Amino acid sequence: MTADAAPATRPVLADLAVGDVVATGRIEVDRARLVRYAGASGDFNAIHWNERVAREVGLPGVIAHGMWTMGAAVTVVADWAGDPGVVVDYGVRFTRPVPVPDPGAAVVDVTATIGAVDADAGTVRVDLTVACEGTRVLGKAQAVVRLR
Amino acid sequence: MAVDPGYAGREYPPTDVYEVGREKIRDFADAVGAAHAAHRDVGVARSLGYPDVVAPPTFAVVVAQRAEQQYVADPRAGIDFSRVVHADERFTHHRPIVAGDRLVTVLHVDAVTERAGLAMVTTRAEIAGEDGEPVSTVVSTLAVRGESA
Repeated sequence: MTADAAPATRPVLADLAVGDVVATGRIEVDRARLVRYAGASGDFNAIHWNERVAREVGLPGVIAHGMWTMGAAVTVVADWAGDPGVVVDYGVRFTRPVPVPDPGAAVVDVTATIGAVDADAGTVRVDLTVACEGTRVLGKAQAVVRLR
Repeated sequence: MAVDPGYAGREYPPTDVYEVGREKIRDFADAVGAAHAAHRDVGVARSLGYPDVVAPPTFAVVVAQRAEQQYVADPRAGIDFSRVVHADERFTHHRPIVAGDRLVTVLHVDAVTERAGLAMVTTRAEIAGEDGEPVSTVVSTLAVRGESA
């Protein structure tokens, strides 16, 4: 097999300007995905897999881990950059929960826009809009990406 | 029991070593839908200049949350997890985490504030290699509702 994972065209800092929409993504999440994330992350809080517990604490039902949403959203940036290791800083605020139905799935839409370009540092700030059914679920979601 | 503001400024001793495994990285990548081959294929990771498969950007939460247990699971800290909401999270990577890393974390409680029945607790996990090389800084804020809220 080939060991060349990088897309033929990696983004180049000089070609980017504030306001450019560089990537979008649509990500589905169902209950099985949350169980998988619980196991992979070690976060077994029952509100992410047990309907009864979620309702007992006043939620409409099972909700996604905020950290799942954060982790899933940044895959759009990593894929655009062509290298997941160049995301040097990434922060979010968790503003609204993502309810995950059963049966079915929730859909999370991600739009990545250039928020700042720092030519001296060789980095761009990518601002993420992350929404579930039109409602923003992450606030101030920003990833700093090192480009050549 | 209310959140104890006296924990602000506390620094915990370094954790035991967390050894980053390839399969753990692959499982985490699968869970968040991180499709890039550098999470799974050592050859691809090496072609990008990394010594082994690369962790997704939020993988450090696995390491940080283990360290945070020292604080949040301390009954005297007063953090009732049934009343906790995750408010924000930030990762600063001094370098990417890769399989084979042996990581040691020092947990800091940066702030404990309370207003209108809501306590905000900010922790900072400084993740480093066994040799002290800085790897990642993970800052996390939890909101803890008061008994009446």
